Amino acid sequence: MSTTLLNCGYVPLVDSAPLIVAQELRFAADEGIELNLLPQPSWAALRDLLALGHLNVAHMLSPMPTAMSLGLSGPPAQVDALMVLSANGTVIGVSSMMADAMRAKGWHGGFTDPEATAPPMLEALNRPLRVGVPFPFSMHRLLFEYWIRHSGGAPDMQIITTPPPLMADAVSSGELDVFCVGEPWGSVAVSAGVGELILPGVAIWAQAPEKVLAARRVWIDDNATSVSCLMRAVSRAARWLDQPENRVLAIEILARSAHLNLPVSAVEHALAGRFATRAGGPPVHVPDFVRFFDRATNFPWRSQAAWIGEQISHLTGIDRSHAIEVAQGTMRPDSYRMHLGPLGVDMPGASAKVEGALAHSTAVASTKGQMILGPDAFFDGKTYDFTPVK
Amino acid sequence: MKIAVVEPDPERAREIIDALTEDGWEDVVVLGDVIGLARKLSALNPDLVLIDLANPSRDALEQVSAASDAQSRPVAMFVDHSDDEMTQAAVTAGLSAYVVGELQPERIRPVLKTAIARFQMMNQMRLELEAAKQALVDRKTVDRAKGMIMRARGIGEEEAYALLRKTAMSQNRKVIDVAQALLTASDLLS
Repeated sequence: MSTTLLNCGYVPLVDSAPLIVAQELRFAADEGIELNLLPQPSWAALRDLLALGHLNVAHMLSPMPTAMSLGLSGPPAQVDALMVLSANGTVIGVSSMMADAMRAKGWHGGFTDPEATAPPMLEALNRPLRVGVPFPFSMHRLLFEYWIRHSGGAPDMQIITTPPPLMADAVSSGELDVFCVGEPWGSVAVSAGVGELILPGVAIWAQAPEKVLAARRVWIDDNATSVSCLMRAVSRAARWLDQPENRVLAIEILARSAHLNLPVSAVEHALAGRFATRAGGPPVHVPDFVRFFDRATNFPWRSQAAWIGEQISHLTGIDRSHAIEVAQGTMRPDSYRMHLGPLGVDMPGASAKVEGALAHSTAVASTKGQMILGPDAFFDGKTYDFTPVK
Repeated sequence: MKIAVVEPDPERAREIIDALTEDGWEDVVVLGDVIGLARKLSALNPDLVLIDLANPSRDALEQVSAASDAQSRPVAMFVDHSDDEMTQAAVTAGLSAYVVGELQPERIRPVLKTAIARFQMMNQMRLELEAAKQALVDRKTVDRAKGMIMRARGIGEEEAYALLRKTAMSQNRKVIDVAQALLTASDLLS
Protein backbone atom coordinates (compact mmCIF):
# COMPACT_ATOMS: atom_id res chain seq x y z
CA MET A 1 0.00 0.00 0.00
CA SER A 2 1.40 3.39 -0.91
CA THR A 3 1.66 6.07 1.75
CA THR A 4 0.67 9.65 1.12
CA LEU A 5 3.10 12.18 2.59
CA LEU A 6 1.47 15.33 3.96
CA ASN A 7 3.55 18.42 4.74
CA CYS A 8 2.26 19.43 8.13
CA GLY A 9 3.41 22.70 9.72
CA TYR A 10 3.30 23.30 13.45
CA VAL A 11 4.75 25.62 16.08
CA PRO A 12 6.49 23.58 18.79
CA LEU A 13 3.98 24.09 21.61
CA VAL A 14 2.37 21.50 23.87
CA ASP A 15 -0.95 21.82 22.05
CA SER A 16 0.54 20.52 18.80
CA ALA A 17 0.30 17.15 20.61
CA PRO A 18 -2.53 15.65 18.48
CA LEU A 19 -0.36 15.89 15.35
CA ILE A 20 2.74 14.49 17.05
CA VAL A 21 0.78 11.63 18.62
CA ALA A 22 -0.96 10.87 15.32
CA GLN A 23 2.43 10.41 13.69
CA GLU A 24 4.39 8.81 16.55
CA LEU A 25 1.70 6.30 17.62
CA ARG A 26 1.11 5.38 13.98
CA PHE A 27 -2.54 6.52 13.85
CA ALA A 28 -1.47 8.24 10.63
CA ALA A 29 0.25 5.15 9.25
CA ASP A 30 -2.92 3.11 9.97
CA GLU A 31 -4.75 5.46 7.63
CA GLY A 32 -2.11 5.22 4.92
CA ILE A 33 -0.64 8.67 5.43
CA GLU A 34 2.58 10.01 6.87
CA LEU A 35 2.77 13.42 8.52
CA ASN A 36 5.93 15.22 7.52
CA LEU A 37 6.02 17.34 10.69
CA LEU A 38 7.74 20.65 9.89
CA PRO A 39 8.37 22.90 12.91
CA GLN A 40 7.97 26.62 12.14
CA PRO A 41 9.83 29.42 13.91
CA SER A 42 6.88 31.83 13.85
CA TRP A 43 3.16 31.97 13.09
CA ALA A 44 3.85 34.37 10.23
CA ALA A 45 6.27 31.90 8.62
CA LEU A 46 3.78 29.06 9.04
CA ARG A 47 0.98 31.19 7.63
CA ASP A 48 2.97 32.25 4.56
CA LEU A 49 4.09 28.69 3.78
CA LEU A 50 0.49 27.45 4.02
CA ALA A 51 -0.80 30.30 1.86
CA LEU A 52 1.85 29.55 -0.78
CA GLY A 53 1.03 25.84 -0.79
CA HIS A 54 4.32 24.63 0.66
CA LEU A 55 2.47 23.19 3.62
CA ASN A 56 -0.60 21.04 3.03
CA VAL A 57 -2.00 21.45 6.52
CA ALA A 58 -1.05 23.36 9.65
CA HIS A 59 -1.55 23.63 13.40
CA MET A 60 -2.86 27.16 13.64
CA LEU A 61 -4.14 29.76 16.09
CA SER A 62 -7.93 29.60 15.83
CA PRO A 63 -8.42 33.22 14.60
CA MET A 64 -5.84 32.84 11.80
CA PRO A 65 -8.04 31.18 9.12
CA THR A 66 -10.55 34.02 9.52
CA ALA A 67 -7.85 36.72 9.48
CA MET A 68 -6.25 35.16 6.38
CA SER A 69 -9.57 34.72 4.59
CA LEU A 70 -10.43 38.36 5.33
CA GLY A 71 -7.06 39.39 3.85
CA LEU A 72 -5.96 40.88 7.19
CA SER A 73 -2.89 38.73 7.68
CA GLY A 74 -0.30 37.81 5.06
CA PRO A 75 -1.02 37.00 1.44
CA PRO A 76 -4.80 36.71 1.06
CA ALA A 77 -5.82 33.04 0.96
CA GLN A 78 -9.05 31.18 1.61
CA VAL A 79 -8.09 28.97 4.53
CA ASP A 80 -10.51 26.69 6.37
CA ALA A 81 -10.43 24.90 9.72
CA LEU A 82 -11.06 21.17 9.34
CA MET A 83 -11.32 20.62 13.06
CA VAL A 84 -10.46 22.22 16.37
CA LEU A 85 -7.22 20.69 17.72
CA SER A 86 -7.50 21.92 21.30
CA ALA A 87 -9.53 24.08 23.64
CA ASN A 88 -8.08 26.45 26.24
CA GLY A 89 -4.48 26.10 27.44
CA THR A 90 -3.35 29.72 27.83
CA VAL A 91 -2.50 31.86 30.86
CA ILE A 92 -2.40 35.56 31.62
CA GLY A 93 0.42 36.89 33.77
CA VAL A 94 1.80 40.22 34.93
CA SER A 95 5.27 41.51 35.74
CA SER A 96 6.35 41.35 39.38
CA MET A 97 6.20 45.14 39.58
CA MET A 98 2.68 45.10 38.19
CA ALA A 99 1.66 42.34 40.65
CA ASP A 100 2.85 44.51 43.56
CA ALA A 101 0.98 47.51 42.17
CA MET A 102 -2.16 45.35 41.87
CA ARG A 103 -1.83 44.18 45.47
CA ALA A 104 -1.64 47.83 46.54
CA LYS A 105 -5.00 48.26 44.80
CA GLY A 106 -6.54 45.38 46.75
CA TRP A 107 -5.76 42.36 44.55
CA HIS A 108 -5.72 39.20 46.65
CA GLY A 109 -4.17 36.78 44.20
CA GLY A 110 -6.15 33.67 43.49
CA PHE A 111 -6.26 32.41 39.97
CA THR A 112 -9.90 31.95 39.06
CA ASP A 113 -11.71 35.26 39.45
CA PRO A 114 -11.69 37.51 36.36
CA GLU A 115 -14.19 39.95 37.87
CA ALA A 116 -12.13 40.63 40.99
CA THR A 117 -8.85 40.73 39.04
CA ALA A 118 -9.74 43.28 36.36
CA PRO A 119 -10.25 46.42 38.54
CA PRO A 120 -6.91 46.26 40.40
CA MET A 121 -5.16 45.49 37.10
CA LEU A 122 -6.75 48.45 35.34
CA GLU A 123 -6.00 50.78 38.26
CA ALA A 124 -2.45 49.59 38.91
CA LEU A 125 -0.61 51.92 36.51
CA ASN A 126 -1.13 55.52 35.49
CA ARG A 127 -0.46 54.79 31.83
CA PRO A 128 -1.79 52.44 29.16
CA LEU A 129 -1.00 48.77 29.80
CA ARG A 130 1.57 47.13 27.56
CA VAL A 131 0.30 43.66 26.79
CA GLY A 132 2.33 40.88 25.15
CA VAL A 133 0.51 38.42 22.91
CA PRO A 134 2.05 35.78 20.61
CA PHE A 135 0.35 36.99 17.44
CA PRO A 136 -1.98 39.84 16.43
CA PHE A 137 -4.66 37.27 15.56
CA SER A 138 -4.57 34.85 18.48
CA MET A 139 -7.20 33.58 20.93
CA HIS A 140 -4.90 34.94 23.67
CA ARG A 141 -5.49 38.46 22.43
CA LEU A 142 -9.21 38.00 21.74
CA LEU A 143 -9.79 36.67 25.26
CA PHE A 144 -7.72 39.39 26.92
CA GLU A 145 -9.35 42.25 25.04
CA TYR A 146 -12.81 40.72 25.59
CA TRP A 147 -12.14 40.48 29.32
CA ILE A 148 -10.93 44.08 29.54
CA ARG A 149 -13.72 45.51 27.38
CA HIS A 150 -16.36 43.68 29.39
CA SER A 151 -14.82 44.87 32.65
CA GLY A 152 -15.23 48.52 31.69
CA GLY A 153 -11.52 48.81 30.94
CA ALA A 154 -9.68 51.43 28.94
CA PRO A 155 -9.34 50.65 25.24
CA ASP A 156 -6.00 52.44 24.97
CA MET A 157 -3.75 49.53 25.84
CA GLN A 158 -0.74 48.72 23.75
CA ILE A 159 -0.71 45.23 22.26
CA ILE A 160 2.85 44.05 21.60
CA THR A 161 3.43 40.88 19.59
CA THR A 162 6.15 38.84 21.32
CA PRO A 163 7.26 35.31 20.45
CA PRO A 164 6.43 33.02 23.43
CA PRO A 165 10.03 31.94 24.10
CA LEU A 166 10.95 35.64 24.49
CA MET A 167 7.98 36.55 26.69
CA ALA A 168 9.81 36.14 30.04
CA ASP A 169 12.75 38.24 28.82
CA ALA A 170 10.43 40.98 27.57
CA VAL A 171 8.73 41.06 30.99
CA SER A 172 12.02 41.15 32.89
CA SER A 173 13.42 43.96 30.73
CA GLY A 174 10.33 46.06 31.45
CA GLU A 175 8.92 45.96 27.90
CA LEU A 176 5.68 44.31 29.05
CA ASP A 177 3.31 44.77 32.00
CA VAL A 178 1.02 41.90 31.05
CA PHE A 179 1.62 38.73 29.04
CA CYS A 180 -0.82 36.28 27.46
CA VAL A 181 0.82 33.03 26.46
CA GLY A 182 0.42 29.26 26.12
CA GLU A 183 2.18 26.89 28.45
CA PRO A 184 4.99 26.27 29.25
CA TRP A 185 5.97 29.89 28.61
CA GLY A 186 3.86 31.35 31.43
CA SER A 187 5.46 28.99 33.93
CA VAL A 188 8.87 29.88 32.51
CA ALA A 189 8.28 33.53 33.45
CA VAL A 190 7.17 32.47 36.94
CA SER A 191 10.14 30.21 37.62
CA ALA A 192 12.49 32.91 36.31
CA GLY A 193 11.01 35.09 39.06
CA VAL A 194 10.00 37.91 36.68
CA GLY A 195 6.21 37.61 36.83
CA GLU A 196 3.08 36.11 38.37
CA LEU A 197 0.14 34.37 36.73
CA ILE A 198 -3.22 36.02 37.37
CA LEU A 199 -5.72 34.01 35.29
CA PRO A 200 -5.98 31.00 33.02
CA GLY A 201 -7.67 31.68 29.68
CA VAL A 202 -10.33 29.10 30.58
CA ALA A 203 -11.60 31.50 33.30
CA ILE A 204 -12.64 33.99 30.59
CA TRP A 205 -14.27 31.49 28.23
CA ALA A 206 -14.72 27.92 29.45
CA GLN A 207 -14.46 26.35 25.98
CA ALA A 208 -12.33 28.60 23.81
CA PRO A 209 -11.15 26.98 20.57
CA GLU A 210 -7.40 27.52 20.80
CA LYS A 211 -5.74 25.78 17.85
CA VAL A 212 -7.27 24.43 14.66
CA LEU A 213 -6.15 22.10 11.90
CA ALA A 214 -6.15 24.37 8.87
CA ALA A 215 -5.67 23.97 5.12
CA ARG A 216 -6.39 25.97 2.00
CA ARG A 217 -9.93 25.48 0.75
CA VAL A 218 -8.74 24.50 -2.75
CA TRP A 219 -6.51 21.82 -1.26
CA ILE A 220 -9.37 20.49 0.89
CA ASP A 221 -11.65 20.32 -2.13
CA ASP A 222 -9.05 18.57 -4.30
CA ASN A 223 -7.82 16.05 -1.74
CA ALA A 224 -10.88 14.50 -0.12
CA THR A 225 -9.16 11.15 0.51
CA SER A 226 -6.13 12.67 2.22
CA VAL A 227 -8.38 14.98 4.24
CA SER A 228 -10.41 12.00 5.39
CA CYS A 229 -7.34 9.98 6.41
CA LEU A 230 -5.78 12.97 8.15
CA MET A 231 -8.89 13.83 10.14
CA ARG A 232 -9.41 10.21 11.21
CA ALA A 233 -5.80 9.92 12.39
CA VAL A 234 -5.88 13.23 14.28
CA SER A 235 -9.27 12.47 15.82
CA ARG A 236 -7.99 9.12 17.14
CA ALA A 237 -4.86 10.82 18.49
CA ALA A 238 -6.97 13.48 20.23
CA ARG A 239 -9.18 10.85 21.85
CA TRP A 240 -6.11 8.96 23.01
CA LEU A 241 -4.66 12.15 24.53
CA ASP A 242 -7.77 12.87 26.60
CA GLN A 243 -7.84 9.41 28.23
CA PRO A 244 -6.35 9.96 31.70
CA GLU A 245 -4.59 6.56 31.72
CA ASN A 246 -2.51 7.67 28.72
CA ARG A 247 -1.23 10.88 30.25
CA VAL A 248 2.08 9.58 31.56
CA LEU A 249 2.88 8.00 28.21
CA ALA A 250 1.76 11.14 26.37
CA ILE A 251 4.16 13.26 28.42
CA GLU A 252 7.00 10.83 27.65
CA ILE A 253 6.25 10.81 23.91
CA LEU A 254 5.96 14.58 23.65
CA ALA A 255 9.03 15.34 25.72
CA ARG A 256 11.24 12.62 24.20
CA SER A 257 10.35 13.10 20.57
CA ALA A 258 12.41 15.62 18.67
CA HIS A 259 9.30 17.57 17.76
CA LEU A 260 8.88 19.85 20.78
CA ASN A 261 12.29 20.20 22.41
CA LEU A 262 10.68 20.97 25.78
CA PRO A 263 11.64 19.44 29.16
CA VAL A 264 9.39 16.73 30.68
CA SER A 265 8.35 19.03 33.54
CA ALA A 266 7.09 21.72 31.14
CA VAL A 267 4.93 19.27 29.19
CA GLU A 268 3.70 17.69 32.42
CA HIS A 269 2.52 20.99 33.96
CA ALA A 270 0.65 21.94 30.82
CA LEU A 271 -1.12 18.59 30.37
CA ALA A 272 -1.97 18.30 34.06
CA GLY A 273 -3.09 21.93 34.38
CA ARG A 274 -1.01 22.40 37.51
CA PHE A 275 0.94 25.62 38.06
CA ALA A 276 2.75 27.70 40.58
CA THR A 277 1.32 31.16 39.96
CA ARG A 278 4.30 32.84 41.60
CA ALA A 279 7.86 31.71 42.27
CA GLY A 280 7.87 29.36 45.27
CA GLY A 281 4.09 29.46 45.58
CA PRO A 282 1.92 26.36 46.05
CA PRO A 283 0.73 24.68 42.83
CA VAL A 284 -2.80 25.50 41.73
CA HIS A 285 -4.83 22.99 39.76
CA VAL A 286 -6.96 24.31 36.88
CA PRO A 287 -9.59 21.82 35.69
CA ASP A 288 -10.03 21.69 31.89
CA PHE A 289 -6.86 23.72 31.46
CA VAL A 290 -6.36 22.15 28.04
CA ARG A 291 -8.65 19.69 26.29
CA PHE A 292 -8.10 17.70 23.09
CA PHE A 293 -11.20 15.56 22.49
CA ASP A 294 -13.91 15.35 25.16
CA ARG A 295 -17.03 17.56 25.08
CA ALA A 296 -16.94 17.67 21.27
CA THR A 297 -13.76 19.78 21.46
CA ASN A 298 -12.79 18.89 17.87
CA PHE A 299 -16.14 19.86 16.38
CA PRO A 300 -15.75 22.99 14.20
CA TRP A 301 -18.71 24.97 15.52
CA ARG A 302 -19.82 27.71 13.17
CA SER A 303 -20.88 29.67 16.24
CA GLN A 304 -17.35 29.62 17.69
CA ALA A 305 -16.09 31.00 14.39
CA ALA A 306 -18.79 33.68 14.47
CA TRP A 307 -17.62 34.78 17.92
CA ILE A 308 -14.05 34.99 16.59
CA GLY A 309 -15.31 37.03 13.61
CA GLU A 310 -17.11 39.45 15.91
CA GLN A 311 -13.99 39.97 18.04
CA ILE A 312 -11.84 40.54 14.95
CA SER A 313 -14.28 43.21 13.81
CA HIS A 314 -13.84 44.87 17.24
CA LEU A 315 -10.04 44.82 16.88
CA THR A 316 -9.80 45.96 13.28
CA GLY A 317 -12.92 48.02 12.72
CA ILE A 318 -14.01 45.96 9.72
CA ASP A 319 -17.72 45.43 9.15
CA ARG A 320 -19.17 43.10 11.79
CA SER A 321 -21.58 41.11 9.64
CA HIS A 322 -18.96 40.61 6.93
CA ALA A 323 -16.40 39.39 9.48
CA ILE A 324 -18.92 36.99 11.01
CA GLU A 325 -19.98 35.63 7.64
CA VAL A 326 -16.40 35.01 6.49
CA ALA A 327 -15.47 33.50 9.87
CA GLN A 328 -18.40 31.07 9.79
CA GLY A 329 -17.40 29.99 6.29
CA THR A 330 -13.92 28.98 7.50
CA MET A 331 -15.28 26.31 9.88
CA ARG A 332 -16.13 23.09 8.05
CA PRO A 333 -18.67 21.04 10.04
CA ASP A 334 -19.81 19.57 6.70
CA SER A 335 -16.42 18.02 6.10
CA TYR A 336 -16.14 16.95 9.77
CA ARG A 337 -19.45 15.08 9.64
CA MET A 338 -18.67 13.48 6.30
CA HIS A 339 -15.20 12.20 7.21
CA LEU A 340 -15.57 11.36 10.90
CA GLY A 341 -19.18 10.15 10.99
CA PRO A 342 -18.22 6.75 9.52
CA LEU A 343 -15.48 6.43 12.19
CA GLY A 344 -18.19 6.45 14.85
CA VAL A 345 -17.30 9.86 16.30
CA ASP A 346 -20.38 11.22 18.05
CA MET A 347 -21.76 14.36 16.39
CA PRO A 348 -23.94 17.13 17.80
CA GLY A 349 -27.33 17.54 16.16
CA ALA A 350 -26.67 21.15 15.09
CA SER A 351 -23.54 22.83 13.71
CA ALA A 352 -24.04 26.04 15.69
CA LYS A 353 -24.99 26.63 19.31
CA VAL A 354 -25.63 29.57 21.59
CA GLU A 355 -22.07 30.25 22.77
CA GLY A 356 -21.80 30.82 26.51
CA ALA A 357 -25.16 29.22 27.35
CA LEU A 358 -23.79 26.24 29.30
CA ALA A 359 -22.67 27.06 32.83
CA HIS A 360 -22.28 23.33 33.54
CA SER A 361 -21.78 20.10 31.63
CA THR A 362 -25.05 19.33 29.88
CA ALA A 363 -26.36 16.40 27.84
CA VAL A 364 -27.59 17.35 24.38
CA ALA A 365 -29.03 15.42 21.45
CA SER A 366 -26.42 13.80 19.21
CA THR A 367 -26.17 11.28 16.39
CA LYS A 368 -25.59 8.49 18.91
CA GLY A 369 -28.34 9.62 21.29
CA GLN A 370 -26.79 12.01 23.78
CA MET A 371 -23.46 13.73 24.19
CA ILE A 372 -22.05 15.88 26.97
CA LEU A 373 -21.22 19.49 26.09
CA GLY A 374 -19.93 22.39 28.13
CA PRO A 375 -19.37 24.23 30.23
CA ASP A 376 -18.80 26.95 27.64
CA ALA A 377 -19.71 30.04 29.71
CA PHE A 378 -18.07 33.46 29.44
CA PHE A 379 -16.83 35.09 32.66
CA ASP A 380 -19.50 37.79 32.44
CA GLY A 381 -22.35 35.35 31.80
CA LYS A 382 -23.09 36.79 28.34
CA THR A 383 -24.43 34.52 25.61
CA TYR A 384 -23.91 34.79 21.86
CA ASP A 385 -26.52 33.57 19.42
CA PHE A 386 -25.47 34.08 15.81
CA THR A 387 -28.38 32.27 14.20
CA PRO A 388 -29.98 34.61 11.70
CA VAL A 389 -33.40 35.87 12.84
CA LYS A 390 -36.03 34.56 10.41
CA MET B 1 16.72 54.27 1.86
CA LYS B 2 16.97 53.22 5.50
CA ILE B 3 17.46 49.49 6.04
CA ALA B 4 17.08 47.68 9.38
CA VAL B 5 18.75 44.29 9.76
CA VAL B 6 17.36 42.08 12.51
CA GLU B 7 20.19 39.67 13.25
CA PRO B 8 21.42 38.61 16.70
CA ASP B 9 24.58 36.95 15.35
CA PRO B 10 27.22 39.74 14.98
CA GLU B 11 29.19 37.75 12.39
CA ARG B 12 26.20 37.32 10.08
CA ALA B 13 25.09 40.90 10.68
CA ARG B 14 28.51 42.10 9.55
CA GLU B 15 28.33 40.02 6.36
CA ILE B 16 24.99 41.54 5.48
CA ILE B 17 26.20 45.06 6.17
CA ASP B 18 29.27 44.48 4.01
CA ALA B 19 27.13 43.28 1.12
CA LEU B 20 24.80 46.25 1.51
CA THR B 21 27.60 48.81 1.75
CA GLU B 22 29.30 47.37 -1.32
CA ASP B 23 26.13 48.01 -3.27
CA GLY B 24 25.85 51.56 -2.07
CA TRP B 25 23.32 51.18 0.71
CA GLU B 26 24.89 53.02 3.62
CA ASP B 27 21.97 53.77 5.90
CA VAL B 28 21.88 50.41 7.66
CA VAL B 29 21.00 49.77 11.30
CA VAL B 30 21.47 46.38 12.97
CA LEU B 31 19.05 45.34 15.68
CA GLY B 32 20.73 42.51 17.55
CA ASP B 33 18.58 42.43 20.67
CA VAL B 34 15.04 41.40 19.74
CA ILE B 35 13.45 42.42 23.03
CA GLY B 36 11.28 45.46 22.33
CA LEU B 37 11.77 44.95 18.59
CA ALA B 38 8.39 46.37 17.56
CA ARG B 39 9.01 49.54 19.58
CA LYS B 40 12.54 49.98 18.22
CA LEU B 41 11.42 49.46 14.64
CA SER B 42 8.57 51.93 15.01
CA ALA B 43 11.02 54.52 16.34
CA LEU B 44 13.51 53.77 13.57
CA ASN B 45 10.91 53.75 10.82
CA PRO B 46 13.06 51.94 8.23
CA ASP B 47 12.07 51.57 4.59
CA LEU B 48 13.13 47.93 4.47
CA VAL B 49 13.54 45.26 7.13
CA LEU B 50 15.83 42.25 6.68
CA ILE B 51 15.25 39.24 8.90
CA ASP B 52 16.13 35.56 8.84
CA LEU B 53 13.06 33.45 8.12
CA ALA B 54 14.05 31.19 11.01
CA ASN B 55 13.96 34.10 13.46
CA PRO B 56 10.95 33.75 15.78
CA SER B 57 10.78 37.54 16.04
CA ARG B 58 9.25 37.54 12.59
CA ASP B 59 5.89 37.64 14.40
CA ALA B 60 6.83 40.90 16.10
CA LEU B 61 7.21 42.45 12.65
CA GLU B 62 3.60 41.57 11.87
CA GLN B 63 2.50 44.25 14.21
CA VAL B 64 4.89 46.85 12.88
CA SER B 65 3.65 46.30 9.34
CA ALA B 66 0.03 46.28 10.53
CA ALA B 67 0.58 49.56 12.37
CA SER B 68 2.15 51.31 9.41
CA ASP B 69 1.14 50.35 5.92
CA ALA B 70 1.83 46.66 5.40
CA GLN B 71 2.36 47.14 1.69
CA SER B 72 4.75 50.04 1.97
CA ARG B 73 7.32 48.27 4.11
CA PRO B 74 8.82 45.18 2.56
CA VAL B 75 10.35 42.52 4.76
CA ALA B 76 13.10 40.49 3.16
CA MET B 77 13.98 37.20 4.72
CA PHE B 78 16.82 34.74 4.58
CA VAL B 79 16.59 31.00 4.96
CA ASP B 80 19.33 28.42 4.82
CA HIS B 81 18.06 26.61 1.77
CA SER B 82 17.16 28.56 -1.29
CA ASP B 83 14.01 27.74 -3.17
CA ASP B 84 13.59 29.79 -6.30
CA GLU B 85 10.11 28.45 -6.92
CA MET B 86 9.05 29.72 -3.54
CA THR B 87 10.70 33.09 -4.02
CA GLN B 88 8.75 33.47 -7.22
CA ALA B 89 5.53 32.32 -5.58
CA ALA B 90 6.08 34.78 -2.74
CA VAL B 91 6.57 37.67 -5.12
CA THR B 92 3.56 36.70 -7.24
CA ALA B 93 1.38 36.36 -4.17
CA GLY B 94 2.27 39.90 -3.19
CA LEU B 95 4.05 38.79 -0.07
CA SER B 96 6.51 41.32 1.22
CA ALA B 97 8.94 38.52 1.90
CA TYR B 98 11.82 37.21 -0.10
CA VAL B 99 13.71 34.06 0.41
CA VAL B 100 17.32 33.43 -0.39
CA GLY B 101 19.88 30.70 0.10
CA GLU B 102 22.77 30.78 2.50
CA LEU B 103 23.83 34.17 3.64
CA GLN B 104 26.32 34.71 0.85
CA PRO B 105 26.82 38.30 -0.25
CA GLU B 106 26.26 37.32 -3.89
CA ARG B 107 22.90 35.80 -2.90
CA ILE B 108 21.87 38.83 -0.88
CA ARG B 109 22.18 41.30 -3.72
CA PRO B 110 19.60 39.95 -6.18
CA VAL B 111 17.13 39.47 -3.37
CA LEU B 112 17.65 42.97 -2.09
CA LYS B 113 17.27 44.34 -5.58
CA THR B 114 13.98 42.50 -6.00
CA ALA B 115 12.77 43.64 -2.60
CA ILE B 116 13.68 47.24 -3.21
CA ALA B 117 12.26 47.24 -6.74
CA ARG B 118 9.07 45.82 -5.35
CA PHE B 119 9.05 48.39 -2.57
CA GLN B 120 9.39 51.19 -5.08
CA MET B 121 6.68 49.72 -7.30
CA MET B 122 4.28 49.27 -4.39
CA ASN B 123 5.07 52.73 -3.11
CA GLN B 124 4.41 54.21 -6.56
CA MET B 125 1.11 52.34 -6.81
CA ARG B 126 0.12 53.48 -3.36
CA LEU B 127 0.89 57.11 -4.19
CA GLU B 128 -1.07 56.86 -7.43
CA LEU B 129 -4.01 55.27 -5.66
CA GLU B 130 -3.99 58.00 -3.04
CA ALA B 131 -3.81 60.66 -5.73
CA ALA B 132 -6.74 59.09 -7.57
CA LYS B 133 -8.78 58.90 -4.39
CA GLN B 134 -7.98 62.51 -3.57
CA ALA B 135 -8.95 63.62 -7.07
CA LEU B 136 -12.31 61.93 -6.66
CA VAL B 137 -12.92 63.62 -3.31
CA ASP B 138 -11.82 66.98 -4.75
CA ARG B 139 -14.18 66.64 -7.67
CA LYS B 140 -17.12 66.04 -5.35
CA THR B 141 -16.20 69.11 -3.31
CA VAL B 142 -15.91 71.29 -6.42
CA ASP B 143 -19.25 69.94 -7.71
CA ARG B 144 -21.00 70.82 -4.46
CA ALA B 145 -19.51 74.32 -4.45
CA LYS B 146 -20.53 74.79 -8.06
CA GLY B 147 -24.11 73.72 -7.28
CA MET B 148 -24.22 76.16 -4.41
CA ILE B 149 -23.07 79.08 -6.58
CA MET B 150 -25.54 78.08 -9.31
CA ARG B 151 -28.47 78.17 -6.85
CA ALA B 152 -27.35 81.35 -5.07
CA ARG B 153 -26.70 83.37 -8.23
CA GLY B 154 -29.11 81.71 -10.64
CA ILE B 155 -26.33 81.03 -13.14
CA GLY B 156 -25.33 78.01 -15.23
CA GLU B 157 -22.72 75.37 -14.44
CA GLU B 158 -20.01 76.69 -16.73
CA GLU B 159 -20.39 80.19 -15.43
CA ALA B 160 -20.27 78.96 -11.83
CA TYR B 161 -17.06 77.09 -12.49
CA ALA B 162 -15.55 80.11 -14.28
CA LEU B 163 -16.36 82.21 -11.24
CA LEU B 164 -14.71 79.70 -8.91
CA ARG B 165 -11.61 79.63 -11.10
CA LYS B 166 -11.42 83.39 -11.40
CA THR B 167 -11.67 83.80 -7.62
CA ALA B 168 -9.00 81.18 -7.08
CA MET B 169 -6.65 82.86 -9.59
CA SER B 170 -7.12 86.32 -8.16
CA GLN B 171 -6.41 85.05 -4.65
CA ASN B 172 -3.56 82.86 -5.83
CA ARG B 173 -5.27 79.75 -4.42
CA LYS B 174 -6.34 76.42 -5.81
CA VAL B 175 -9.89 75.87 -7.06
CA ILE B 176 -10.34 73.06 -4.55
CA ASP B 177 -9.31 75.36 -1.67
CA VAL B 178 -11.82 78.03 -2.67
CA ALA B 179 -14.54 75.40 -3.08
CA GLN B 180 -13.69 73.96 0.33
CA ALA B 181 -13.76 77.42 1.93
CA LEU B 182 -17.15 78.10 0.38
CA LEU B 183 -18.59 74.84 1.74
CA THR B 184 -17.14 75.48 5.17
CA ALA B 185 -18.54 78.99 5.27
CA SER B 186 -21.93 77.80 4.15
CA ASP B 187 -21.96 75.05 6.79
CA LEU B 188 -21.17 77.68 9.44
CA LEU B 189 -23.93 79.99 8.29
CA SER B 190 -26.70 77.42 7.76
